[in-house]
Amino acid sequence: MTPEQLLGNAPPSWYLVLSAVLFAIGVVGVLVRRNLIVIFMCVELMLNAVNLSFVAFARAQGVMDGQVIVFFVMAVAAAEAAVGLAIMLQLFRVRETINADEVTTLRW
Amino acid sequence: MEGAAAAGAGERHGHGVHRAARRGSDVSIPLFLLLALLTVGAALLVVVHRNPVYSALGLVSTLFLLAVLFIGLDAHLVAVLQIIVYAGAIVVLFLFVIMLLNLQVEQRVAGTPVLAGLATLGGLVLGGFVLDALHRAPVLTLPAVDAGFGGTEPLARRLFTHYLLPFELTSVLLLVAIVGAVVIGKRRGA
Repeated sequence: MTPEQLLGNAPPSWYLVLSAVLFAIGVVGVLVRRNLIVIFMCVELMLNAVNLSFVAFARAQGVMDGQVIVFFVMAVAAAEAAVGLAIMLQLFRVRETINADEVTTLRW
Repeated sequence: MEGAAAAGAGERHGHGVHRAARRGSDVSIPLFLLLALLTVGAALLVVVHRNPVYSALGLVSTLFLLAVLFIGLDAHLVAVLQIIVYAGAIVVLFLFVIMLLNLQVEQRVAGTPVLAGLATLGGLVLGGFVLDALHRAPVLTLPAVDAGFGGTEPLARRLFTHYLLPFELTSVLLLVAIVGAVVIGKRRGA
C-alpha cells in the first residue's frame, strides 16, 4: 500500500476546497495581524494554498505543467522571504519595531 | 467552522465519478478529511497565536501536512521540495529572524476588534465565493497517469524544454534577491 494509494480516492475537488479555505485563512491573517513577520507568514500560507490548487489541477489533467509552476512559485517565495526578512531586520534596527501600525514612513 | 463547511462541500462533490486506474483504498476519504482538518488547524494557529514562534511552528506543520497531500496527488518531487525548501529553509529563516529580534508576545493579536471582525467576515465571504464557484464547476475526475508521473524526470523534461526561459529568468531573479538582501542587510556607516 503506497502513500498515493492511501489517499487515492480523494477527488481533486476536495483538495481545491481545502486550498480555498487555506487561502481565506491567509487573507484574514494578513488583514488582522499587526506583526510584520506574521503577516509575511500568512502570505506564505496563501502561496501554499495556491500551490495545492496547482498540484490538484495537474493531477486532474494528468500533465506536469502545474507542478513546474509550483517549482517556480517555491523559488520566487524563497527569494521574496530572503529580501523581505532583510528589510524587516533593517527596519528593526532603525525603528526598533516591526508593528505594521507604527511603520508609517520610509525615511529614517 | 470553516473546516466543517469545507468537508460538507467536499461531501457534495464527492459523488464518485472518479474511477482511477489505480484504485485508492477505502481509508482514503477519512484520511484526507483528517489531514485537511489538521492542516486547517495548523493554519489557524499561524493566524491566531500571539507568540510569533508558535505561528512559525504552525506554519511548519501546515507545510509538512501539505507535503503529505502532495504525495496523495502523485507529486513526489514537489512534496520533497516542499519539505526541503519550504519547511527546511524558508521557515528556518523566519524562526531565525524572530529569535534574532527577540520579539515580545503581543498583547493583542488584532488591531481593533472591529477590524478583526470585518477581516474575518471578508475571509468567510471570500471562502464562500470560491466554494460556490467550485460547487458550480464540473467535477474533476482522476485520470490514470503513467507510473513516472510527478517524479523527477518528467518534471525536469518539462522544465528544461517548455519552461526553459522562465527557469533561466528565475536564476536571474535569485541572483538579484541575493544581492538585494546583502545590500539591505549590511550595516550602514560601518
